[in-house]
Amino acid sequence: MLRIVIALCLSFLAVSAQAEIEIKQVTSPGGIDAWVVEEPAIPFIALEIRIRGGASLDLPGKRGATNLMTALLEEGSGEMSAQEFQTSLENLAASFSFHAYDDSMQISARFLTENKDEAVALLRQALVSPRFDQTALDRVRAQVISGIASDAKRPNSIASATFNAAAFGDHPYGTSPDGTVESVNALTRQDMIDAHRNALVRDRLFVSVVGDTTAETVGALLDDLLGDLPAEGPPLPEDVAFGLDGGITVVEYDTPQSVAYFGQQGIKRDDKDFFAAFILNRVLGAGGFESRLMTEVREKRGLTYGISTSLVPKFNAEMVLGSVSSANETIAEAIEVTRSEWARMAQEGMTAEELADAKTYLTGEYPLRFDGNAEIASIMAGMQMIGLTPDYVVDRNAFIEAVTLDDVNRVAAELLRPEDLHFVVVGKPEGLETTQE
Amino acid sequence: MTRLFAALAIMMSAIAAQAQEQVTTFTLDNGMDVAVIEDNRAPVVVQMLWYKVGSADEPAGKSGVAHVLEHLLFEATDVLESGEFSATVAANGGRDNAFTSYDYTAYFQRVASDRLELMMQMESNRMNNLRISQDDVETERQVVLEERNQRTENSPDALAREQIRAALFQNSRYGLPVIGWKHEVEQLDLQDTLDFYDLYYSPNNAVLVVAGDVEPDEVLALAEKYYGVIPAEEQLPPRERPQEPPQRAERRITYVDERVSQPYLVRSYLAPERDPGAQSEAAALVYLAELLGGSSFTSALGQALQFDTQTAIYTNASYSGSWLDDAIFSFAVVPSEGVSLTDAETAMDEVISAFMEAEIDPERMESIRTQLRASEIYALDNVQGLAQRYGAALSQSLTVADVQAWPEVLQAVTEDDIKAVAAKVFNRDQAVTGWIVSSQEEAR
Repeated sequence: MLRIVIALCLSFLAVSAQAEIEIKQVTSPGGIDAWVVEEPAIPFIALEIRIRGGASLDLPGKRGATNLMTALLEEGSGEMSAQEFQTSLENLAASFSFHAYDDSMQISARFLTENKDEAVALLRQALVSPRFDQTALDRVRAQVISGIASDAKRPNSIASATFNAAAFGDHPYGTSPDGTVESVNALTRQDMIDAHRNALVRDRLFVSVVGDTTAETVGALLDDLLGDLPAEGPPLPEDVAFGLDGGITVVEYDTPQSVAYFGQQGIKRDDKDFFAAFILNRVLGAGGFESRLMTEVREKRGLTYGISTSLVPKFNAEMVLGSVSSANETIAEAIEVTRSEWARMAQEGMTAEELADAKTYLTGEYPLRFDGNAEIASIMAGMQMIGLTPDYVVDRNAFIEAVTLDDVNRVAAELLRPEDLHFVVVGKPEGLETTQE
Repeated sequence: MTRLFAALAIMMSAIAAQAQEQVTTFTLDNGMDVAVIEDNRAPVVVQMLWYKVGSADEPAGKSGVAHVLEHLLFEATDVLESGEFSATVAANGGRDNAFTSYDYTAYFQRVASDRLELMMQMESNRMNNLRISQDDVETERQVVLEERNQRTENSPDALAREQIRAALFQNSRYGLPVIGWKHEVEQLDLQDTLDFYDLYYSPNNAVLVVAGDVEPDEVLALAEKYYGVIPAEEQLPPRERPQEPPQRAERRITYVDERVSQPYLVRSYLAPERDPGAQSEAAALVYLAELLGGSSFTSALGQALQFDTQTAIYTNASYSGSWLDDAIFSFAVVPSEGVSLTDAETAMDEVISAFMEAEIDPERMESIRTQLRASEIYALDNVQGLAQRYGAALSQSLTVADVQAWPEVLQAVTEDDIKAVAAKVFNRDQAVTGWIVSSQEEAR
């Protein structure tokens, strides 16, 4: 059943050039919604599924269960062992990927038009009837534990893990979705069955299909693919406060370059000031070579190869996060410059010229994202998951344009709090010590 | 200017659909090659300018100069201020960047297609008109040293790879890191970078690839206007780089670093690369890597070490033929908990021996052929990837005809070709075996 068809024109900077992406909204006979873009130019289809929940649905004491379960979806299902499944997939020249994130699961598939039925049947089997054979469970468990061990020795992973633990404590955001060596070692086949039952459910999934297909045929495909999943899952986690005050945490680690993760309380995705904050972040730290932090820390002082910040609006908490790496001898200076740029932006705001440049970049760059079947599928599934409608694609640049200098500088003063900025530094940083609470 | 040839279609035999990429090539009077790839699905264009010079072309003692110069190309020119290049791209809603490898240095911008002329104007300007100071070089050198810290000094895996390459190549500059040895990067000065720039950044040493929503004739007209007026570099030397002598002895190294989380081993062999008109051995090596260690579920190493026995938690074989000089064929094995590196290496070598003895399964061959054909269809979805494919190949002495023949050369590979090239490559006298461990006790 084809419910609504919205034809969207993506305006490019180019006056003459316009890209048309026609997003069709489909609801299957079984009630599953999807966004579809018909793009017959290349004979293949990209399919993207997101399911809210993800690793945040791990049951008490079962940290890592959703992640391990997700890794096992490609390790045997229906009548097929892991090797039989993969052989079938390779013979079809299709590719599937399954990932568990903090808040969601992501399932991406790519297959040739001529193999569509066989590929969808294989994907259905992986999603609906995974086997969780004990041998596969043990083999993949060893791989996961190996990954956990290697994260424990990587400065970047140590920094983010330390930061998240301090900011979120017992909330799922406070620990790695991979789990710990102990928790993963204790997981059983029943834990996989439970995690699968809880994470792959119909009432919080979002689908997009892009490529050599028609909206009319997608409904039947959706019911076939997803109709046999359970309707509902357990409640999602509660919101959590960002629990980290301003300061510095040093984690001693013997490596030549210190890695710093830093952040503070952020802004919600549906806040009326989100676009002002988005532009603010672009000018402060997300702007490639043009951002203030890149200019001050890299271009003028040569203290780092890269520094960047981003708005991270998760479902249950929101942050402004950044990272920078510098030699142990110079990281203190890099942090000092970062903090003072944070303060300068909070106090003085940006100039009209900076705002105009950021707007031109952001509005010009947006349509360039829609440059492949898989990219479009991924963008559309992500939009659905955060509650946007298809016309957002058209309106989004107007939201950027509508932000005034007053808006952006008021938000700079409200949002950026240099005294609340916390840095976790992993390395042997000279002249830095953990601050007292 | 010569117009070489117009549109071309690559036929897919077994897969019903046809994969097509529209490629047109020109050569400007000053010797600059131009390739245009048309993709009209979205009004976007990518300009990539490839210089046929990389870290393996650097003078002795100046490792890293190609890459430092790449960073410096974003500084001032006679008409652009420092940083203005990227700022202008951004102000036009585009993205730009650059990269350096052993065989090439490339600069690219991705913008709305009606901004192509501005991009060409700026890119052609910085081919000859850079205005850099010793201060610029010193600051950027610091940035590059931090880049080296981030990519290499902070990563035991990267440090191990550096040691293995240094042991594998006995004469080629492929044995030196692209980013340079730290002690040499620290000494690079303004004159070093200008010498490199003046000699190698010239139209007769460059390949322009424009891909996206463009007309070949318009691209040609713009290329002639902006790049065609730049004189060829008369002093450009022939690209003759030091070659490997016959290698006569196996090398083994143990890299010890406390930051290694679990022991593993790597074996790297010298291997033939894709050469103009001679790509068959490289094509056979693509199959060999897939058969031995492509997928952990279906490859020989994965089946034997991860499924039939629990010897390893990870196995891999890899090969890329995209090199001007010698290529590398590599294995990697991460043993399971409690399995020694000695036992893991023995198990790996048994798999290789068994492979050489046995018939190759025709079904596996057919599956790989199918996947390679499909990859040509999927590749059409990424126009920048296609631009990269042509730019890299043309910078590594291949021709457009070689690039377009490659999918068919891959389809024509037989079981005998694979066995023959395997027998040639799997010679331990031309190989390095590296053990990467956190302590000497693990090296057993």
